[in-house]
Amino acid sequence: MAVMHEAAHEEHKLGFLQRYVFSQDHKIIGIQYMMTSLFMAAVGGVLAMLIRMELGWPGARWGLAKWLFPGGFTGDGTLKPDFYLAVVTMHGSIMIFFVLTTALSGGFGNFLIPLTIGARDMAFPFMNMLSYWLYPPAIVVLLASFFVAGGAPNAGWTAYPPLSALYNPATGTGLAAPGSGLGQSLWLVSLAILIVSFLFGSLNYITTVLQLRTRGMSMGRMPLVTWAQFTTAILMLLSFPVLFAAVVMLLFDRHLGTSFFVPSGLVVGGQLVTHQGGNPLLWQHLFWFLGHPEVYVLILPPMGIVSEILAVHGRKPIFGYKAMVASICAIAFLSFLVWGHHMFTSGMNPLVGTAFMVTTLAIAIPSAVKTFNWVATLWRARIHFTPAMLFAIGFVSLFVTGGLTGIFLGSPAVDVYFQDTFFVVAHFHFVMASAALFGLFGGLYHWFPKMFGRMMDERLGKLHFWLTFVGIYATFFPMHFLGMAGEPRRYYSPQMYDFLRGLSGLNMFVSLAAFGLGLAQLIFAYNFIRSLFRGPKAEGNPWHANTLEWQADSPPPHGNWGATLPTVHRWPYDYSVPGATEDYIPQTVPVTAAVVAGGALHHPVQGGAPDEPPTTDLNSA
Amino acid sequence: MAEIPAATGERRTGRLLASLIVVMIVFGGVGMTLLARRYWWLLPVASAHGVDVDRLIYTTFVVTGIVFVLVHILIAAFVWRFGARGTERAAYWHDDRTLELTYTLVPAAVLVTLISMGAVVWARVHGPAPADSMVVEVRGEQFGWLFRYPGPDGIFGRVDPARISPKDNPMGLDPADPASADDLVTRELHLAVNRPVRVRIRSKDVLHSFFIPAFRVKQDAVPGMTVEIWFTPTREGTYEIACAELCGIGHYIMRGKVMVESADAVQTWLAQQSH
Ligand code: HEM
Ligand SMILES: [Cu+2]
Ligand SMILES: [Cu+2]
Repeated sequence: MAVMHEAAHEEHKLGFLQRYVFSQDHKIIGIQYMMTSLFMAAVGGVLAMLIRMELGWPGARWGLAKWLFPGGFTGDGTLKPDFYLAVVTMHGSIMIFFVLTTALSGGFGNFLIPLTIGARDMAFPFMNMLSYWLYPPAIVVLLASFFVAGGAPNAGWTAYPPLSALYNPATGTGLAAPGSGLGQSLWLVSLAILIVSFLFGSLNYITTVLQLRTRGMSMGRMPLVTWAQFTTAILMLLSFPVLFAAVVMLLFDRHLGTSFFVPSGLVVGGQLVTHQGGNPLLWQHLFWFLGHPEVYVLILPPMGIVSEILAVHGRKPIFGYKAMVASICAIAFLSFLVWGHHMFTSGMNPLVGTAFMVTTLAIAIPSAVKTFNWVATLWRARIHFTPAMLFAIGFVSLFVTGGLTGIFLGSPAVDVYFQDTFFVVAHFHFVMASAALFGLFGGLYHWFPKMFGRMMDERLGKLHFWLTFVGIYATFFPMHFLGMAGEPRRYYSPQMYDFLRGLSGLNMFVSLAAFGLGLAQLIFAYNFIRSLFRGPKAEGNPWHANTLEWQADSPPPHGNWGATLPTVHRWPYDYSVPGATEDYIPQTVPVTAAVVAGGALHHPVQGGAPDEPPTTDLNSA
Repeated sequence: MAEIPAATGERRTGRLLASLIVVMIVFGGVGMTLLARRYWWLLPVASAHGVDVDRLIYTTFVVTGIVFVLVHILIAAFVWRFGARGTERAAYWHDDRTLELTYTLVPAAVLVTLISMGAVVWARVHGPAPADSMVVEVRGEQFGWLFRYPGPDGIFGRVDPARISPKDNPMGLDPADPASADDLVTRELHLAVNRPVRVRIRSKDVLHSFFIPAFRVKQDAVPGMTVEIWFTPTREGTYEIACAELCGIGHYIMRGKVMVESADAVQTWLAQQSH
């Protein structure tokens, strides 16, 4: 236990910088990730509002916005088409990589993994610190692209070449679009930096889970939130290097004269391009080999978070724990085999399309199992409708809605019609963006007391939920119909086409709903910031939860546990056990000290771990 | 202070949430879909395989619609009923092999059905084109479409990107190739009704996507590749071609037109073009 004492002493010795800025404590790093991601969420959210301004009232004049974004508007206040594309690109890139990945994996992963498995910290605390500190430079590089010649990239978050690849060194702007100049290069460099950060993080998570579980914490007793983080880290470790390679190759194509993605004989802006022999589809394959696992990187952690919240605030064991773990693993595995469903219209062989249809619809099965397990968890629960619980239930609804539209898109003949229309925008905003956001909010309301030692305001939290839930459906549900009618995405204005004329009313409605949704987030911001300073002090275990993090102080001290590490004696979901004195039995309570019902004790998965000496239980009881 | 909120208000909140789900999501969703069918819907279908695609869309719509309504009603019912009350406890119920197996196998069966139906339509869409098909070439560029008919010899002449000149030779035809002499390059696409057409899709510069909403046709134009698709227009009229793959700042104005008319009318129009 010498290590521990050192840790405890260290805390007093560390200066402010080492404690709160260049900290190696996983909790501080998690909070740093979270705060930075929330800041980026505000940036990405403002960009979303700009998108909806333009699509609601194409070509309208916006006096005020002109002053806020001087370069992006013409003198009379209309948004410029290239700025519009820059905004769409940055909105998508920021939300996916700089908000959701960083908040869910970097934020919750860092904070929760060591605490839920009874470790004092990550396996490699220094690398963990590096992982966080690569993130702000990546942001600076990314946002700098707004200020260089040609502006921020125009090629979408998918950055398909040749549009993104052709660069004019003489002017510093792009050949095929203004934003494909220096801005696109900065975007690529920024992603490369961020990927390194993710790899440091994920290596750390995997090692920590495998090596640092406390006594009795077998894999089969890990809470689902930890299982989700663990699997996500594996996904990230395997898929992000592929994007890294693609990013470097694209940078080479742009600046060093290689030609991985650009074929011979292109004529752009009246000029014959000198590249030879590349293939644009190669980028799409590489990009989506990451891109599809990436959407599971965004959704698995919320799935874990929601499983936790439903059990704790429903006072009931999660239904089908083993099926939940199995489906997390199945989803993670299958997610590597479905990337081609983004390429049904790309010109790849139709037979390959058939194969990807099968894998894609196969992934719907474990997703359905998870959904039904959550619903079954609600049956005969005793639900406490805290803000966390409301967001968790909202998550299930959003995931169902978004998942079902995925069945359309997974079928290639149908996807041919919907590909690159607003139907896709609706689909992924439900299943990935909104669902992940609900996981994030739910998780914040749930773990805020643990992170900051204070409670958030319940009434404001509920108000935030009602407005966000209604706002999300009002914003994104009608987008399905825009897509039904055929409105393509990434259009500066849909009014050039006769067949899209009838959609302007619906587009205005969507925009108004989006503004409302955006405004509702101010309630959260206010509640969050106020509670940080003024919230009532939280107890160690305000929700009466079983998992280990709730058995530590709020917030847990440096090193997390007092003199001895906790010992785990049971699975995390002993809620409402018949005959027990309380309606929850923390994982640290020995089997002999509290009744165990339902046969969980003798369960091969949920029962005793091999590394758990049975005698200690008796003694400590 | 920091304790589990008293269980008194829980049922009220649960009922509010349940009502919201039923009214907003179930009735709102279904109602809006009915409204959408009148105002914001697929264009009337105007191609042969579009009919199959639409059938698949509607089947998927019905299946997913039923699941959407049922699951939401289930959630609403549970949320309505199972709000915490006093100190009453939840059921300690966490596994049920039969139930879990049911909701693994039933979705699996439904999905296998949908996969099979989807595979059939997809194979038909991408099956070999009928021998009597007409052939046209479509080339995307920033920001418009160019079409080429092979002329009486039925052969597309060689093109050379270096020869492209916007005014005189937008397609970059190579005069050294005799087959290019009778090629017809146009800015409009005219197709014969009920005659299958093979469309060879190319791009001059970046990715584009050849999208004819009324035909349920979409195919990316990939630089460096020629991708061929075929379809059969079934109704005379004028239809819009849109670009569905981001291609630069003019992506949203990259509009084209297809005229579907009688075979004679197409011949007459072609004859006019060659003069
Ligand atoms: C206030 C909430 C949001 C609104 C109103 C909103 C709105 C939009 C709209 C209208 C587009 C389509 C633009 C177009 O294709 O023309 C879009 C694109 C996108 N959004 Fe959002 N969004 C929101 C939140 C999010 C979140 C939380 C994510 C997180 C994943 C996200 C990810 C994306 C992505 C990846 C794209 C595609 C960008 C591209 O085409 O390159 N959005 N958003
Ligand atoms: Cu995917
Ligand atoms: Cu385009």
